[in-house]
Amino acid sequence: MLNKNPVWRYVLVIGMLLLALVYALPNLYPEDPALNISATRGGTVAEQTRSQLEQSFRSANIAAKSVVLEEGQILARFNSTEDQLQAREIANQQLGANFVTALNLAPATPGWLTAIGATPMNLGLDLRGGVHFLLAVDMKAALDKNLNDMVQTFRADLREDKIRYRNVQADIGRGQVQVSFRSTEDVVAAEAALKKRDRELVFTTSSDNLTLLVGISEIRLKEIREYALEQNITIIRNRVNEIGVAEPLVQRQGADRIVVQLPGVQDTAQAKEILGATASLEFRLVDTEGDLGSALEGRVPPNSELYYSRDGRPVLLEKRIMLTGDHITGASSGYDEYSQPQVNIKLDAKGGTLLSAGTKDAIGRRMASVFIEYKPGTEIGADGNPILIKQQEVINDATIQARLGRDFVITGINSPAEAQNLATLLRAGALIAPVQIIEERTIGPSLGKENIELGITAIQWGMAAVLLFMAVYYKAFGMVANIALVANLVLLVGMMSLIPGATLTLPGMAGIVLTVGMAVDANVLIFERIREELLEGRSVQQAIHHGYDRAFATIADSNITTLLVALVLFGIGTGPVKGFAVTLAIGILTSIFTAVVGTRLLVNLIWGGRRVQSLPI
Amino acid sequence: MQIFNFAKPLNFMRLKWAAVVLSAVLVLGSFASIAINGINWGLDFTGGTVIEVGFAKPADLVAVRQTLTNAGYEDAVVQLFGTSRDVLIRIPLRADIAQAVVGDTVLQALNSQQAEAVTMRRVEFVGPSVGEELKQDGGLAMLMALLGILAYVAMRFEWRLSVGAVAALAHDVILTLGLFSVLQLEFDLTVLAAILALIGYSINDTIVVFDRIRESFRKLRETTVAETINDAITSTLNRTVITSLTTVLVLIVLFYMGGALIHGFATALLFGIAVGTYSSIYVASAIAEILGISREDMLPPPPVDKEGESSEAL
Repeated sequence: MLNKNPVWRYVLVIGMLLLALVYALPNLYPEDPALNISATRGGTVAEQTRSQLEQSFRSANIAAKSVVLEEGQILARFNSTEDQLQAREIANQQLGANFVTALNLAPATPGWLTAIGATPMNLGLDLRGGVHFLLAVDMKAALDKNLNDMVQTFRADLREDKIRYRNVQADIGRGQVQVSFRSTEDVVAAEAALKKRDRELVFTTSSDNLTLLVGISEIRLKEIREYALEQNITIIRNRVNEIGVAEPLVQRQGADRIVVQLPGVQDTAQAKEILGATASLEFRLVDTEGDLGSALEGRVPPNSELYYSRDGRPVLLEKRIMLTGDHITGASSGYDEYSQPQVNIKLDAKGGTLLSAGTKDAIGRRMASVFIEYKPGTEIGADGNPILIKQQEVINDATIQARLGRDFVITGINSPAEAQNLATLLRAGALIAPVQIIEERTIGPSLGKENIELGITAIQWGMAAVLLFMAVYYKAFGMVANIALVANLVLLVGMMSLIPGATLTLPGMAGIVLTVGMAVDANVLIFERIREELLEGRSVQQAIHHGYDRAFATIADSNITTLLVALVLFGIGTGPVKGFAVTLAIGILTSIFTAVVGTRLLVNLIWGGRRVQSLPI
Repeated sequence: MQIFNFAKPLNFMRLKWAAVVLSAVLVLGSFASIAINGINWGLDFTGGTVIEVGFAKPADLVAVRQTLTNAGYEDAVVQLFGTSRDVLIRIPLRADIAQAVVGDTVLQALNSQQAEAVTMRRVEFVGPSVGEELKQDGGLAMLMALLGILAYVAMRFEWRLSVGAVAALAHDVILTLGLFSVLQLEFDLTVLAAILALIGYSINDTIVVFDRIRESFRKLRETTVAETINDAITSTLNRTVITSLTTVLVLIVLFYMGGALIHGFATALLFGIAVGTYSSIYVASAIAEILGISREDMLPPPPVDKEGESSEAL
């Protein structure tokens, strides 16, 4: 008989809808303002800490919904944001610097839903509030640094092979290292020696055949860039964890960009300082033999460089770097015996060896800690962003009392706060190449909340308008389409919650509203077709059958093209627009399913396979 | 209930030249406006800083401007945003200040000089290189979408229809850009998304008509090309109007209830869908007819296989 469906199809579709409904459910539960407390590197959060905190909250009259310890973190839920903020104060006082306290909105999903992996949709920053940064990595600085490293290596290599060179220097503008010699035999020998050590070098000689010009191959250049980006991402991720943000996002974008999203963060000043800072440390010996006076007049000894300390005092330092900041594994702030702020530094094994070797023959000499920072200047570069200026200052120099090992102390810091910041930066590691913020979007929490409300009202009213229209225009068939529309919304929300990468944004909500308006299109096509078939004098059952079959080709064609557009949109879009593309694409798929498969089952169930004289369409 | 119920197909193609002339004039007009007035690019494209602050009482814009001038931002544009308590401050890119800190300094200035503290609702800073890239990427995306559609329609239908469809889409996009240029509405990232969504919607409409044109060619044997197209458009007219109607309904809801951030998005789509409905009826089909589409182009390809081969296939 025409228009009859086997039972299993009904079971399948109803099953799918129920599944979607279950996964859509978590979105109905509101979120709790919460505190996320974790220990800093190496530390652990104990059950004792949890019970102490709970006690303190109670004595301060803050009603905590729950304080639980899970996965090494304490999650405390509160009834209001006021309670949450107050609780943070208390937690910070009680726990001190070894713990990181982050504000968070914890979903209040019931346990049985969490157990099956049902979580609410990810909300974009425009809906939950927070900061979005787009950072550009200064690749030129990374390449320059690499050239300077090459100079050091070449000197050592040539010395090792006993090849006499006149001078080794970096030509930053050409991206080459120039090595000059006294004889052409040395040039040949040097080329062979250097080539043996590194196959990715490109050698040319100058016109007088006495200078070897060493460039870097394209492959190596690409490697350097990739490394700089990857390393920066790792370091920024470390830093973000140090700030204490719940669910931060640090992601690569394109060849030299990094996206950082910090939900819930309102004070952007601190975040910016920590993220953008390219602070690194270098330790060099003070050149006591060179004449400071003539250096100030421009005659700097060839193996030294002129630096200034914080108070403007000139210092002459050796060019050779004894140790760089990337060997630092731990840093904490504290006070020395005179209550002056200091930073305690721990090094890795290689750093320890380097420092130990470097200071072995230098006992009694002075060692300076040079603090290097890149800051955007006033000059604008070719790419439209301000050129970064390298600022170097000597933060302290002290006499080496004994051979240094893996633990040592830096003094000469202005304030405890600065010591703390410096420790944070050093702990997280120095950026390989400086970064700068090229885009920043901060959404206040009130605006986020308002956006959600606006979006939900728009969806409700848009839905109501379409439901009413369909019911009036297509009568009983309109009601069938309406059931499909509601099912479509449930499916859409369920899918969005299920797909981990899908994020709901304000344009995404607009996308849902638009989907509601356009989703009925498939049903309109089908119903109009059925009407036509009826007018042409077909029987009721034939009209339904042909109506669905003929309309389907059209529906498929028209939606594939729309899907194509959604894909393009996803490809180019960032943030909110990507969110829109995702909802649009999922909406198209779910609406085809509900409008074509869903309504057909329903129509067949009601009118199919029986004697019906006319259809309420 | 039915909106249209015609006994005979309407003669749409009688007006095809009028429609083509009208569309050409509108497209040229849009280009002229874009050339003369330009497009009011939003922050996403120009770069700069936008700060939205909330006041407890209706805001005094004059005082806010004064505060900003005192703080060194004479070039700040201050306006109400959505309600009388929300103020939007735009500060263009300037070479002499560090852009990343503008948001913080402005908020500080406002908080120190206003009697009541203002609440930060959002601060957005976009660097100059980002905006340029976005313009390029956006243009590229539109082009890619159009090319993709051109290829798909040519494959599924016929090249004349494909050209008609893409001409209709380009027509919708250009006219919408023209509207934003004439009214000097702000063109931001959401508007770009709306225009791409519009391409999706409009092609949907066009494909439905084309599908019917193909079917009518196969069904009606004794009619002229124009009559066939008329028949196809007439029989899909109900669907075209109803779908546009439901979509316009939700867009009106979005326009009035979606908040100020969604305004541009809703405007672009509302206008675009009106234009898109017209263009899928007139521009797309008219161009295909003018290019000389015929019944033969639309018939299913004749079976090429010989008897032996087909029995083998069985």
